[in-house]
Amino acid sequence: MNVDTREMNGWVVVTLAGEVDLQHSPTVRKHLMELMFERRDVAVDLSGVVYIDSSGIASLVEAYQMARKGGNKLVLAPISQSAMRVLQLARLDKVFAIADSLDAAMAG
Amino acid sequence: MTLPALDRLFPARPERLCDIRHAVAETASHLGCSDETVQDVVLAVDEACQNIIRHAYGGAPGDIVVQLGRDDHRLVVRLIDFAPPVDVAKVCPRPLDELRPGGLGTHFIREVMDEVDFVTPPAGAGNMLQMVKRIEEP
Repeated sequence: MNVDTREMNGWVVVTLAGEVDLQHSPTVRKHLMELMFERRDVAVDLSGVVYIDSSGIASLVEAYQMARKGGNKLVLAPISQSAMRVLQLARLDKVFAIADSLDAAMAG
Repeated sequence: MTLPALDRLFPARPERLCDIRHAVAETASHLGCSDETVQDVVLAVDEACQNIIRHAYGGAPGDIVVQLGRDDHRLVVRLIDFAPPVDVAKVCPRPLDELRPGGLGTHFIREVMDEVDFVTPPAGAGNMLQMVKRIEEP
């Protein structure tokens, strides 16, 4: 799994790629939670995620809960088909803020 | 299930889940499963193996035997561990209307597989989880 972070229009874009599983989800969780503690607006690009499991989804849920408490934004955009399938299985596709593109995420 | 197409022992460690997923995907595909079925079975096996690593072994060293075979129109998966027997009553999915990080794995397994049962393990083993997925013909 790869994690890439960059600044864009005042947002932090976190790009996850590869397989987000039990081995790698603690890294994702730590990274996202640090940004949530800083109350940054974050777009998580999941377009390169070929596999994500419940532990990866849990990292996103925890960050989303922190964002709601902190008043900052956490948007998933864009999302690969396989990651969307798992979000739908968890009934979370209607809970997360989801956008088709990074531009749309930052405009919303 | 007659002779399984996959019958391999893996160390019960998070860094070996990748190997398990790839072995399951390759075998399920070879046995005639669609891409969608392969993805479902891989997710179920991965989540079940996570439960074995985290709950059955509790992070202690151990092994998982992964068996996969086809029985007519059924893909049969068996996961065998050597941990103390689990309390099956405690293995249940949580309500999804609660937004919280954990507890999704068992829900995923039951959502994507057609049958999920703890069955009598072979002599010397601790637990055996059997999961079945119906294979649709193209």
